[in-house]
Amino acid sequence: MTDVKKIINRTIREYGKERQALMPMLQAIVQVKNHLDDGDMIAVAEALNLSAAEVFGTASFYTFLDTEPRGKYIIRVCKTISCHMAGKDEIIKVLEKHLRIKVGQTTRDNMFSLLTVNCLGWCHKGPVMLVNDDVYPELTPKSAIEIIESYISRK
Amino acid sequence: MMECNKLKRVDIIFCRKGFDLFEVVEKALSRDPDDLISDMIDSGLKGRGGAGFPTGLKWKLARNEEQDEKYVVCNADEGEPGTFKDREILDQVPEKVFGGMAICAYTIGAKKGYIYLRGEYNFLIPKLTEKLEIFNRSLKQIGLDFTIRLRSGSGAYICGEESALFESMEGKRGEPRNKPPYPTVQGYLGKPTVINNVETLVYAFMISRIGPEAFKEMGTKDSRGSKVFSISGDTPRPGIYELELGMTVEDFVNEFGDGDTKAVQVGGASGGCIPRKDFPNTIIGYEGIPTGGSMMLFNSSRSMYNVLHNYLEFFTEESCGQCTPCRVGCQQLLKGIESVKKGDRPPSYLRELVKLAKTMKIAAKCGLGQSVANPFVSIIKNYKEEIIH
Repeated sequence: MTDVKKIINRTIREYGKERQALMPMLQAIVQVKNHLDDGDMIAVAEALNLSAAEVFGTASFYTFLDTEPRGKYIIRVCKTISCHMAGKDEIIKVLEKHLRIKVGQTTRDNMFSLLTVNCLGWCHKGPVMLVNDDVYPELTPKSAIEIIESYISRK
Repeated sequence: MMECNKLKRVDIIFCRKGFDLFEVVEKALSRDPDDLISDMIDSGLKGRGGAGFPTGLKWKLARNEEQDEKYVVCNADEGEPGTFKDREILDQVPEKVFGGMAICAYTIGAKKGYIYLRGEYNFLIPKLTEKLEIFNRSLKQIGLDFTIRLRSGSGAYICGEESALFESMEGKRGEPRNKPPYPTVQGYLGKPTVINNVETLVYAFMISRIGPEAFKEMGTKDSRGSKVFSISGDTPRPGIYELELGMTVEDFVNEFGDGDTKAVQVGGASGGCIPRKDFPNTIIGYEGIPTGGSMMLFNSSRSMYNVLHNYLEFFTEESCGQCTPCRVGCQQLLKGIESVKKGDRPPSYLRELVKLAKTMKIAAKCGLGQSVANPFVSIIKNYKEEIIH
């Protein structure tokens, strides 16, 4: 059984086969694969007795349910006003330079995707970024690079 | 005569001393649900997420619905720019949130509760799951048939709108529903649902401990009690503060400003921008400028064009796209101020844009589209020069 099938079965055990299980199921797949491909969405549709269009319609609505491939670590830098005022542009610039990609792109080794997002809820401690689910507030250009390096040495 | 208070710190939300959580819940459960509701109404507590609907009345409406299945939902989809208090509450005192949900469940007759936590706060899941397990078990021991579960969002601001949140929980796109019917009649899965903000639930819990009188004593006639504020921007003391309601913006700025405050955005991107000249006569509360707690300070080094531009980009991205006034309106407002700035359009074009914003206030389907006019009109009105030049 593929990983995705296992996730689907596990989610059904916990949340049932009603449509309310859809978000937890898509979230569980993204947690492991960092994105949803067509095959995943078709498998989910079959499991919950929905049309593939309904599943895609839901998935494509949500920023965190990516329908295009992303790296192992998704960096999301907050771009909303308080972080903007606290210098998020500088953070984005050093990350782009360090990873040699632009916002929206993924490194060639598929390790990192660099994205910007709306308010992450750390306005008193900006600039802030998420790396997958982990939060890094009060960034400086130096600390941002160090954090990325710590993920590189983790692989 | 303007009724207002001096700025005063309060310690209710994060306070953990002097009581046992389960004793408070048990004591509430020993009382008549109607009495609990009249306490809640009497306290004057209004929803702390921003909309300000009277909490006791909401509970009463749900209690009056004759249905076997009802739900209690905690709205933890805190996405309003400048707001971060719910994260802190869930991190520091989650049990008080659960306690508020349990008391609500008892009064309206619900067996299931959900916390809808925004995806940006996923890091809280392990801790919350663990604490929920213990809490649910303890509820069983004291004989209340109510279980709280956790649901996650996936990065959509609009899901903080209550009916969009239900849609999301039901596995659909987070598109707001038409109202009425309101959630107390048809909420999650079409059943009567009380949906309260994180902070509201903690106040509800604390009111059942300290009594409505102690709560009502604070604040003003229209804005009872205290509120947790999220303070950011140009301030030497950014952070989370619980303050009595009813102070003026002037008092607030004297405490939290950097000496050069030119504007305060009250209520997040969807709130209003208060210019310096209005600080003394604007009350922070329902009689003046209401807020879900977001207070962003701007000093004179900031361009209000950049501030408004950032807000409009935010709304353009977060509009669900379902209704035309909001989907197209947000885009056009953004394009509009850009073209005036560039000189492609004359300054008089701003008048057309204000008309558009006001149309959105009337015609948009939900609070998102309706509230874009708040920052837009207040910033254009007070900082026109900065938008044009």
